[in-house]
Formats: sequence, structure tokens, C-alpha cells
Amino acid sequence: MPYNLTVNGKSYAVDVDGDIPLLWVLRDTIGLTGTKFGCGIAMCGACTVHVDGQAARSCVMPVSEAAEKPITTIEAIGDTPEGKRVQQAWLDIDVVQCGYCQSGQIMSATALIAANPTPTDDDIDAVMAGNICRCGTYPRIRAAIKLAARG
Amino acid sequence: MSIFDRTNLSLSRRQLLIGASLTGAGLVIGFRPQAAVAAGEPFSPNAFIRIPQEGKITFVMPSVEMGQGIYTAVAMMLAEELEVGLDQVVLEHAPADPKQYANPLLGDQITGGSFAIRGVYEQMRKAGAAARIMLIGAAARDWGVSPDACKAEAGHVVETAGSRRAAYGSLIAAAASEVAPQEVPLKPASSYRVIGKPMHRLDSPEKVNGTAKFGIDARPDGVSYAAIAICPHFNGKLRSVDEAPAMAIKGVSQVVRIEEAVAVVANNTGAARKGLAALSIEWDPGPSASVSQAELEHLMDAAIDGKALPHVSEGDVAKAEAEHGPVHEFVYRMPILTHSAMEPMNCTVHVRPDGCEVWVGTQIMSRARQAAADVTGLPVEKVVVHNHLLGGGFGRRLDVDGVILATKIAKQVKGPVKVTWSREEDIRHDCYRYLNYSKVTATLGADGMPVSWRHRVIGPSVMARWFPGFTKDGVDLDQMAGAETPYAIENRQTDFARQEAPDGMLTGNWRGVGATRNIPPVECGIDELAELAGIDPLEYRRRLLQHKPRLLGALDLAAEKAGWSTPLAKGRGRGIAVAEDFGSFAAMVAEVSLDGNGRFKTERIVCAVDCGQVINPDTVEAQIQSGVVYGLSAALYGRITVENGAVVEGNFDDAPVLRIHETPPIEVHIVPSAEAPGGIGEVGTPGVAPALLNAIFMATGKRLRTLPIDQGDLRRV
Repeated sequence: MPYNLTVNGKSYAVDVDGDIPLLWVLRDTIGLTGTKFGCGIAMCGACTVHVDGQAARSCVMPVSEAAEKPITTIEAIGDTPEGKRVQQAWLDIDVVQCGYCQSGQIMSATALIAANPTPTDDDIDAVMAGNICRCGTYPRIRAAIKLAARG
Repeated sequence: MSIFDRTNLSLSRRQLLIGASLTGAGLVIGFRPQAAVAAGEPFSPNAFIRIPQEGKITFVMPSVEMGQGIYTAVAMMLAEELEVGLDQVVLEHAPADPKQYANPLLGDQITGGSFAIRGVYEQMRKAGAAARIMLIGAAARDWGVSPDACKAEAGHVVETAGSRRAAYGSLIAAAASEVAPQEVPLKPASSYRVIGKPMHRLDSPEKVNGTAKFGIDARPDGVSYAAIAICPHFNGKLRSVDEAPAMAIKGVSQVVRIEEAVAVVANNTGAARKGLAALSIEWDPGPSASVSQAELEHLMDAAIDGKALPHVSEGDVAKAEAEHGPVHEFVYRMPILTHSAMEPMNCTVHVRPDGCEVWVGTQIMSRARQAAADVTGLPVEKVVVHNHLLGGGFGRRLDVDGVILATKIAKQVKGPVKVTWSREEDIRHDCYRYLNYSKVTATLGADGMPVSWRHRVIGPSVMARWFPGFTKDGVDLDQMAGAETPYAIENRQTDFARQEAPDGMLTGNWRGVGATRNIPPVECGIDELAELAGIDPLEYRRRLLQHKPRLLGALDLAAEKAGWSTPLAKGRGRGIAVAEDFGSFAAMVAEVSLDGNGRFKTERIVCAVDCGQVINPDTVEAQIQSGVVYGLSAALYGRITVENGAVVEGNFDDAPVLRIHETPPIEVHIVPSAEAPGGIGEVGTPGVAPALLNAIFMATGKRLRTLPIDQGDLRRV
């Protein structure tokens, strides 16, 4: 049975098993490769997208659960005011290194700021501890979130 | 001092070239004669620059970008001498072509060992300058003036005293008929307008909006997607598998069997993974099936007092020990480590009868190409490697085992196939940093300062496999890096007790290579000696580093910024460590606190670095932060164990890495320097563990000599 997905405002009918994780449908079936695979068990946050406005780990979310709900990925998060501010802060501070985890970091940070416009260090830790970066961009992620929150 | 240090590059370059597939390439700037520019074609004065008639200039990147900022740094060097702004250029990955793109110091197309900047600093500036000279020559000829009457600025040639001005694009046809200059004078550093200034990374925009393409993002036309299960046992093989359960999964098209692995091919990776999970695979565990962690550690322990091959020998250690006893002995033990780059291993391959294409992110382009040629039996010229951004390297992508496996699978698949390792496969089939032990033996003089230093290095020889030119008389020169210490100790001796990983367990290069291996035992050992002597560890190091002004400069700056002389509250400790390698000099101070339960927390890390001429100060700060986080992660969590001839851990749940809430403030201070640039990607890593262990000692009085740091050990203090 095909599932209807609404990704970044566009509709897609995808003919996959319902238990296939949303991640692979986004990356392979639809071709939006900005969302990354890191662990497959919701431990690293590289695959974070927004489903119904909430941050979700797409590597463990069955596509059947995401069907008929608005899905936003890194490719379109800049269309939201919070996403735009976060991306600009990432550019201003040059957060990225290898960049692989940064789609997920930005999606988590945007969800954080949307829910909590003035996060403290503890608030940042509570949300961002779910996103691993092996390049060690954590100090700059913290700084960029604060900059985006101020902006 | 290691082979990755610039102070003995003349020797190491020769050694490297012996091991390299190619001799002498890259030592010249790669000027290609270009007789004429055809209509619509860009002007290509050398392999690194293409100037079109209209639009942005293309810079071709000889090193690969894995986060270390090299693309921006190389562009800065080219732009500095070409006289263009960074907003006037676009970047392109170099193809596999060691003749054009070999790192001049390595003699091959390798990005590793913190060699990129050191290798290309002169080459890139000369490439930019030569192109500029040809463009100026073309304009001067057209205007009938001397080239000396012209200068270049912002992508234009201008007449210095007049009003004539020509964009580079308008000059390309004429420039192509200019003779490439033999002498290429370079700007003095005092004239730099780009180099040394903080510049925004050129790869930030695409990494922030999701359009950056890593190897795992390659989607050639007609691609299918494979999930892979590799025999978990070292040197084990596939015995049997019934493909039916996978073939029943929607989207699955094929089950591929190779000697050591099974792959399931589907129209998306999710279906391939589901198909793979449905299989019951029987493995032949092979001869290593009984290997256990206890056995590997026992072998390492046995080697501590076994036979060893001599390396450094200065003075007369035996005599000094006899005269100055007692002999103090410390044994340090370091665990097996993975790289755990965020982008799991992956490789996309299309094998055709007449050629092969590979899409991958690799640190070692020429070997990736050769690996695909070897597996397919095709001539290497028939293999095209499309390099990509790397989602972390750390040395993992200096090996091409992934290309080999993916190509074996692709030989059985029609059309291109993308093979993606699960995180578990990535962790269980790494090129590991193997167990590394060290025995340090020292005697002190009447003044408490060391008179003799012995350092036995126990571990594998990665270089014997990976780069035989980095070995001498059976001694792995990288493995010995800095084992003799930078300190002024009259009698020093190091030796190498080679102890390999079990057959089939691949060992490889890990961020900081030999320095990360030896600086922990050296910097903890010297701290132990300072304690025995009753001398402050900073003061102790200072007395022993008077002959090393740059290392001393970094040490003093780190100590000052960390407030070393300010007393700490009870339950707090500071530790210090220095690191000299990769042509750079670093010192760091870690500060820790203990809570009531005997758990410690890293409060702060202060690092000072002298890396010579800085290219992009913002990148230096980022790379030191990065190196510190990588080192801290290993010091606190890094430990892979082996049971039944297989790696036990598999994902971030049982092989954890550092997260944001555990990351202390990291302060980076740069020592101003006009020396030649040093590497910066690795020098931040080696000092972290010893600085932390030394801080823990200061806070608790407990010497921990085994990594990772065991909070349980501390609670028992």
C-alpha cells in the first residue's frame, strides 16, 4: 500500500513497507539526502527531522507513522523563522567541520528554539545531548544556539 | 620527534617515497603547457586553477575535506597570490591523479598525518602566483606596457599608473599563450591580505542547508542500495545463507554472497536492512574464534618484559641507572579504539565490463582507485573515483577495505550499487587503534631531575602494513613517535616490542597517530617524576625544556591562561601536558573537580599552540577544540573489547562517545609565530588524556595508569 508523505510542502506517494524507517524513504526513495544516517537506533541524532512540528529521529520512525503528517527536513528548515535564524548563526560562527551531523544538529536546535526562545545552558544540554558530533563542534553549537536565540 | 614532524622531513620524505607508488610527483607545481584556450574553455595555468571567461574561478582541491578546514585554507593560499577574493571562487574535488595532486611531502595523494598545509603551503601559493604572472603578462602585452607597470587586484589586472583595467576572464586567451614563469617570487608574509586572517569556511553554506554531498549521498542513475553483514569473527567466512527470507521483503532484488560477507540489495537501504535482518546467516568463525580480551591483554603484559628492538639510544642508560638508583618504573595501558566517524563506512560502485566507477569519500585516493582495479581486474586507468566530502576521517578513511568489499559486491550487481555499513558493522570492522602499552623506567639525580629515561613501546606495527617506508630494521617509526620525550635527559633509550592484533583484526591510523600513542605515557611519566622530586610539574617541565623555545612558549602561555599559579579549592586539580609533533607545539592544562561520590568532572581545558604561520586562525581554534573533544572522548569512554574472536561493542549505546553536556569549556590560545606552518588537525589530541590524568592525581593523589579513565577506580580512592 503506498503511503502519502508531505515533505517540505510537497506530496509524495511512496510504495514501501510501512515499517521502513522514514530516513531511508527520504534519502533513497525521495532523494532528499540532507538527512543523515548515523546509528539506526536513535542514539546520535544525525537523522533528525520535524514531523508535525516535533523533532523526530527518522531512523526509527516507521514511514507509516509519518504518513499524512507534515514533515520538514534540513532542505526546507530555512523557510521557518527559527530555522533561518539557526542556520544564519551556524554560518556566522562557522560551527561546521566535517558537517555530517550538522543537519541533525540544526534540526534539533531549531526545535529547541521554537519551543524555548531563550534556552539556558542546561536547556541546551537537555536537548542537544541527543546529537553526537565527532568533530567536537559542541562549543560552537552552544554559542550558535545562544546567538540564534538572541537574534 | 616523529616521522610526522617537519624537523626530519628530509629523511621522512625519502622514506615515504620508497613506500609510495609514485616517485617525485607533486614536487613540482604541475604546470601544464596550454597552447591555446578554445572558445568557451577556461584558462588552466596549472592543475589547481581554472579561469573561465565569465563567472567564478575554480580551485581544484588536492587534499580532501573531512572537517579540518583544508578546502578553505588551500583556497586562501591560492587566492592570496592569484589576487582574488574568496567570494570569486568555487571549489572542486581533485580526481584520483597522483601525478598532479600528490601531497609534495608524501609523494602520494593522501590526506593524513596533518601534512596537508605543510605539503602545499609553497605549492599553492606558487600556483596562484604563476597564474597571476601569466595574466599580468597577457594584459601588459595587450597594452604595450611592461608587466612591471601592472598589478593584479580582485580578479583584475590594472595598470598601476594608468586607468586601464581588465578582468581575468577577458585575458584568458592571451594568458594561455604566455610562457609559464620559471621563477615565481612569493609575497612576504607581511603583505598577506588573506592568509592569517580569520575567514569563513567555504564549505559552511552547503553543510548548513543539507546540500553538501558526502560519499553516502551519491545517487548515480540506476543506483540500488545494499546492506551488508560481514563475518563478525576475524578472518571468518560465510558458511551458508538461505536467501529466501530476504527475497520475500518488498523492494529486495538480490542477495549477494562473497567469501566474508552477505549483502542484500534493494530499491532503498531500509528494505535492504530489513532483508538482511530477516536472514539467518551461518558463519565459519575460522581460526580466531577463541580469541578473548583477557588473552590479548595477557599477550601485551607478557611483552612488557619480553624481547624488543632498539630505537633511540643516547648516553649510557645502564650506567646512569647503576649510579643513580633507585629505578622508578611505571606501566601505562591503553585500550583498543575505534574511529567512529559520524558517516558510517559506505561506498558506491558501478562495475562494467570495460570500466568501473567508484563514489566514495576517502583520504587516500590513489589506493582507492587501485583497490577497485585489483578487485575487478581492470587496468587502473579504467577506474574513475569520484571523491566526496568525508563525514569524518580521523584515519579511518586512510584504509580502503570498504572500497574492496563494496567492489566485490558490485561485481555481482547490475548497475551501480551503494553499500552502506550499519553502525554495528562500522564499529566491528574498523581499522582499530590497537592495544598500546608502555613501560617507562627512570632514575633521578640528586636535584630530582631525571638522569635516565627508558621507554619500551609495546604494540602493533601499523606501518609494516600501511607504509613500510615508515619502518626501520623492524621498528615502526610512527609507533615510536616522541617516546624518547622532548625533555633534556642525558641518557635515553627507547625500544619497540611488537605485539600484533590477532590475525584478521585490521589495525590502522588514529587521529594523532604515534603522538597520541606516546604522549600519554611520556607526559604522565614526567609528572610522576616531578612528584617524586617534590617539584611543581610546570616548573619541572620548564627546567627540562630550556632547549625547546617553541614548546616552552606554548607551555608558558597555557600555564598563564589557565592560572596555574592560582591555588585551587580542595577537591580540584590541574594537570598539564605538552605535545610536539606535526610541526606544531601545544600545551594544555586540564582542570577537574570531584564530587562527594568520588566522581570527577572536567571543568575546563586550556590549550596554547604554536603552529607557525597561521593560515586561518578560526580554523586553528576549531581544530584544537576538535582534537580536544576527540581526545577527551577516548580518555573517558574509548574501549573496544574482543570476545570469541569478534568485537563486542556495536553502537553508541555500548561504545559511547562524548556529548555536548560532558564537554567542558575549551580555551584556545595561539602563540604568534612566523615559522613555517605546522599541522593543526592532530596536535590537539595527544595531550588531553595525560593532562586529565595528571589533574586527577592532583585532585585525588591517585595515579591512574590505564585508559579509559575508570570512575570506579576513583571511587575506591
